[in-house]
Amino acid sequence: MAGEAQTATDYIQHHLQNMAYGKLPAGYTRADGTVLSESTWTMAHSSQEAADMGFWAIHLDSLGWAIGLGLLFSFLFARAAKKATSGVPSGFQSFVELTIDFVDKLVKDTFQHRNSMVAPMALTIFVWVFLMNLMDLVPVDWLPMAAAKAAGNDHLFFKVVPTTDLNVTLGMALAVFALMIFFSIREKGTVGFIKELTLHPFHSGKWYVDIFLIPFNLLLELVSLIAKPVSLGLRLFGNLYAGEMIFILIAIVFGVGVLGFIGAAFLQLGWAIFHILVITLQAFVFMVLTTVYMSMAHDREDEHANDH
Amino acid sequence: MNINLTLIGQSITFLVFVWFCWKYVWPALLGVMQEREQKIATGLEEAERAGKDLELAQRKAAEQLKEAKEQAAEIIEGANKRANQILDEAKQAAVEEGDRLKAAAKAEIDQEVNRAKEQLRSRVAALSVAGAEKILSVNIDAKAHDDLIDKLAAEL
Repeated sequence: MAGEAQTATDYIQHHLQNMAYGKLPAGYTRADGTVLSESTWTMAHSSQEAADMGFWAIHLDSLGWAIGLGLLFSFLFARAAKKATSGVPSGFQSFVELTIDFVDKLVKDTFQHRNSMVAPMALTIFVWVFLMNLMDLVPVDWLPMAAAKAAGNDHLFFKVVPTTDLNVTLGMALAVFALMIFFSIREKGTVGFIKELTLHPFHSGKWYVDIFLIPFNLLLELVSLIAKPVSLGLRLFGNLYAGEMIFILIAIVFGVGVLGFIGAAFLQLGWAIFHILVITLQAFVFMVLTTVYMSMAHDREDEHANDH
Repeated sequence: MNINLTLIGQSITFLVFVWFCWKYVWPALLGVMQEREQKIATGLEEAERAGKDLELAQRKAAEQLKEAKEQAAEIIEGANKRANQILDEAKQAAVEEGDRLKAAAKAEIDQEVNRAKEQLRSRVAALSVAGAEKILSVNIDAKAHDDLIDKLAAEL
């Protein structure tokens, strides 16, 4: 596949490394043996270099594909929106409307508060994450090899599935988390939000008891609060990363003789068909959970207190 | 797996795309969909109303047809009756006219008969007088026997 001299481990590692552009510190010894006289922003030439860049690096491939696919979604849907007529809808408009109708119904079922942003956000997540996941179905070597040929660099790192990058999934989860905090504070006020974190789930009604319960409550609530975005991001990443990994392993089997080729072809087909389900489901789950979290952020505790 | 600036970049990208969808995609498409829903609803309503109107019109037409038929039957019946009446009247008039003509003819005949009788009677009287004169060969005093002759003539 990607060079006969490569071992399977190298192949896998090469496929799992993003194209990183970042800052290397002064005095750093690079992969080719040169030593940097001062800190420089540069492309990483090895996984070690990418790791040594630390936080000050950016994955050009993940972010590039994510933005590209996001633009594709925005362009297609905005064009459909511009051309949309209330008469008989054309082919693509019907498809867009079907998607919107599906998302709208789901959001209406899950999210009963007044916020015009949640439904469009759910649509964006669903379509965008689906498109990013869909890149997983492109055979693992096609785009990286094409990119390597185009760049004239056989060792170019190029990952095409943005959702197999933890940064991307956690980045979206982080944005969702920020919105959760924002809406919580907007709906309940800062005091209301702090109360929610400190006076639940243990609550006695007597202030001198409640004071001692605050640390426990805060600990529990903070854990459950932080767990939301982390699980949201990790779930998507884990599913797609595992899927990608299997595709890479199958790709290695392609190189093992005629039998290997035939076997791998069947495996590839089977896994791809199964993966269609996975990528759709994961996009759907991300959307639903985001909507649920938004709904929780809008829920006022005092409304529930009156129910008891 | 390195956590780096990509995280922040993706967060910002995410929010930008959500904002774009929120502002430019969602309202336009949902508006169009709701508008169509409205259109379809009114269309269906109108179709239903048209159906009802049609049914009503059909019923009305049937009613009018029935009425017209009844009227026609009535008119025909009236015409028949009138024709019969006219026929009866004509018959009666004819009969009356016939009777009248018959009566007039009869009267004329009677008159003619009477006149003939009168003529005959006077001729008979004259003949009988002439016969008697011949028989008696004398002139009968016509005046003296007038009564007798008259009596004779009356008997004829």
